[in-house]
Amino acid sequence: MNALNITKGMSSKSAYNLRSGHADLNERHTLAVIVANEPGVLARVIGLFSGRGYNIESLTVAEVDHEGHTSRITIVTSGTPQIIEQIKAQLGRIIPVYDVHDLTVEGPSVERELSLFKVSGKGEKRVEALRLADVFRANVVDSTLDSFTFEVVGSPEKIDAFADLMRPLGLSEMARTGVAALSRG
Amino acid sequence: MSGAKMVVQALIDQGVDTVFGYPGGAVLPIYDEIFLQNSIKHFLVRHEQGAVHAAEAYARSTGKPGVVLVTSGPGATNAVTGLTDALMDSIPLVVLTGQVPTFMIGSDAFQEADTVGITRPCTKHNWLVKDTNALANTLHTAFHVACSGRPGPVLVDIPKDVQFANGTYEGPAKMKSHYQPQLKGDLDAITALVAAMETAQKPIFYTGGGVINSGPVASQLLRELVEATNFPITSTLMGLGCYPGNGDNWLGMLGMHGLYEANMAMHDCDLMINIGARFDDRITGRLDSFSPGSTKAHIDIDASSINKVIRVDIPILGDVAHVLEDMLKVWKARGRETNSKALKTWWAEIDGWRKIRCLDYAADSKVIKPQYALERLEALTKDHDRYITTEVGQHQMWAAQYMTFNDPNRWMTSGGLGTMGYGVPASIGAQVAHPSSLVINVAGEASWLMNMQEMGTAMQYGLPVKQFILNNERLGMVRQWQELLHGERYSQSWSESLPDFVKLAEAFGAKGILCSDPADLDEAIMEMLAFDGPVIFDCLVEKHENCFPMIPSGKAHNEMLLGDAAIKGAIDASGSVLV
Repeated sequence: MNALNITKGMSSKSAYNLRSGHADLNERHTLAVIVANEPGVLARVIGLFSGRGYNIESLTVAEVDHEGHTSRITIVTSGTPQIIEQIKAQLGRIIPVYDVHDLTVEGPSVERELSLFKVSGKGEKRVEALRLADVFRANVVDSTLDSFTFEVVGSPEKIDAFADLMRPLGLSEMARTGVAALSRG
Repeated sequence: MSGAKMVVQALIDQGVDTVFGYPGGAVLPIYDEIFLQNSIKHFLVRHEQGAVHAAEAYARSTGKPGVVLVTSGPGATNAVTGLTDALMDSIPLVVLTGQVPTFMIGSDAFQEADTVGITRPCTKHNWLVKDTNALANTLHTAFHVACSGRPGPVLVDIPKDVQFANGTYEGPAKMKSHYQPQLKGDLDAITALVAAMETAQKPIFYTGGGVINSGPVASQLLRELVEATNFPITSTLMGLGCYPGNGDNWLGMLGMHGLYEANMAMHDCDLMINIGARFDDRITGRLDSFSPGSTKAHIDIDASSINKVIRVDIPILGDVAHVLEDMLKVWKARGRETNSKALKTWWAEIDGWRKIRCLDYAADSKVIKPQYALERLEALTKDHDRYITTEVGQHQMWAAQYMTFNDPNRWMTSGGLGTMGYGVPASIGAQVAHPSSLVINVAGEASWLMNMQEMGTAMQYGLPVKQFILNNERLGMVRQWQELLHGERYSQSWSESLPDFVKLAEAFGAKGILCSDPADLDEAIMEMLAFDGPVIFDCLVEKHENCFPMIPSGKAHNEMLLGDAAIKGAIDASGSVLV
C-alpha cells in the first residue's frame, strides 16, 4: 500500500494551510479495507473514524476469505484530499489491517447496495408502486393485501431515486445494507 | 505449561529482566510464577500509573521495551494515562493485565473492566487472550509490535482461567507477523533530498524523538552528517541529545519555548530537513506562516505523520538510521557538495540571532531564580554519568533550555501528552536501569505531588533518585497563561497547604534539603549529590517568573516574545482559543 500519494512540488514552497484553498473541497471516496478477521477489528476502524473526527457515510463488513481469516470492510467517507490521505494512512497503521484500497482513485470500480422497501397503500397508489418497481427491476419479496416489500439492488443513487418515488406512494419502512464495491477488471 | 508460567517464560525468552507492577486478584497466578523464579526482577510500585511511567523511562534510557504487570479493573484503568503518554511519545511498552475468568467476562464481575475496549485508542495494539494455547504467540507478537516500526505501547489482557489452564508453549522463533514496517527509504526521494542539500542556501536539520527511537546508530549518523555538511541543527523536546548540546552546529531546542535562533532559522530557512519529528503544534506555531519560504523534506517511519499538518515536498518513509545511512552514501558518492559560500552567510545570520541571548534573565541576589537553579544544577552535574527526568510545566521547559544533553537516551520527559506526575516514577525507572548513575528528576512542586507515593518504591529498592523541586508554590505554567490570557485572574493556580518537603522526605526515610538563598545553592546541590540515597530537594524559587522565550498561541516563529516587557496584548482572541 502506498499511503503517500504525493506529487513533488505540490506545496510550491508555500506553507501548507489546512484551512484555505483547495482544501475546502470535500470529496467522496470508497475505501476497501482488508483486515484480519479477529475480535475488535471493526471497533478499531470505527474508533479511528470517531476519535479523529472523520466521516462515515456507509460501512459494510463481512468475512470474505474463511481460510485466510480475512474480512473486507467497505467504507464510504468524505473529506478534503488531505483528510482522505490521512484516513488511508491512519487505517494502514492499524496492526490487523492488511491493505487499504481507495477504489475512487485506483481506476474504475462498481458499487452496489441492497435495499428493502415496505410500501403500504391501496388502489391506484398500489398499482403505481408496482409499476415503478418493475421499471427499477425491483423484486417483490413479500406482499399483503395492503403492502408490498420490494428488494432493490443497485448503486446508492438508484436506491435514493427509488426511495424518492416511493415516498408519496406510501413508503413506510426501508433498510439498506450500505455499499459493497470492487474495482473493475 | 500453565498460562501463568508461559507469561514468565515468554518474558525471559524476550530478554526481559525487569518488570514494574502491582499485584491483584486477577494476576495472582502470574505473581505466583514470579515468586518461583529468579531471572526477572519485579519492582513493586505504589500506583499502577507509576509502573507505566517507570517502564517508559526504563525503555527510553535503555532502548529496550518496558514491561508492566497489573491486575484487572482498577489496575488496568490506572495504567491508561501511562499508556496514552507512551503512545504519544512512541515508547515501546508491553503491558500485561489480568482479567476476570473468560466465563465471567461481561457479567460486571468484581474488578472487571473492558480493558481492551478502554485501551484500544491508547495502545498501538492490544489483545484479549481467550485460549492458553494462543498465549505464547500473542506475547511474542506483542513484543514485536511494540518495538517494530514506530514504537508504542501494547497491552495483553489475560483472563485468570487462561493463566491457570495448561497449553503448549512456543518460543519467539515461531512467531509470525505480517506487521513488517518498511525500514529503507525510497532511493529516488533520498537522492532528491541530497540534491536539494547540495544547493541549499539556508538549510536546517529539524530533528525529533524518531532519531532517538531509531537507536544510537541514528544519532551517530546524524552527527556525521551534521559535521560533514556544516548545516545548523535544532531539535524538538523529544529529540534532545540526538545531537550534542555542546556541539558547534547546535541551535538549541525549537518551538513554543524554544530558542530564538532556532525558531528564526526555522522560519527563514530555504531547506528544512525534518528527521523523525512530526510538526507538532508546539513546534509549528501558526500553520499558515510556518517557514513560508522553505522546501520541506520529512523522514518518518509512520506514513500517517507525513503530510498530516504540514505538506512536504520530499517525503521519505523509513527508519531514520537506514535513511541517514543512505543519505550519507548518496551525498558522498555525488561528491560531498554543499553551497559553502551561502552557508557562511547563513551562519552569520544565525550568529546575529544568537547575539540576542534569548535565555538571559534578570539575576537576583536574594531570591533563587529558577533559571539560575538549573544553571547551577547543570554546572555541578554535567560531568556526571547523568539521566534527567522531568515533570510537566515551566520547570520542564527551563530544564530543556538550561541543561545540556550530549547523548541520546539521557532525557526522559512527557512530551506529547504533557503528563504531570511523570517525573517521579520516571526517575525510578531510569535509576532501575542505571543503578550507579546519577538520576535527577527536575520537578515543580505541583507536578511532583501527583505521583509522590513512588518515593516509597525508591526507598524499598534503595534507588538514590534526586528529586530537584523548583518550588514556586504555583502551577507556574498555568499561572503564566492566566497572566497572559486571562487578565491576571489566577484561578486555582496556586499550591496551598503544601507539605514540608524536608519532613516529607524524612517520613519516607529519605533525605530532605531546603534551599532558599542563592548563596547557599551550590553547597546544597553538592550535599544532594554527595548523599547516597534518595533526596527531596526543596528549592524555593521566585514565585512569579515566566518562561521565555515564548511563541504565543496563534503566532509565527518570527513573532517570539523574549521577556516580560513584550507580553501585553501578545495573544489575540483567535490565539487564546488554542492551548
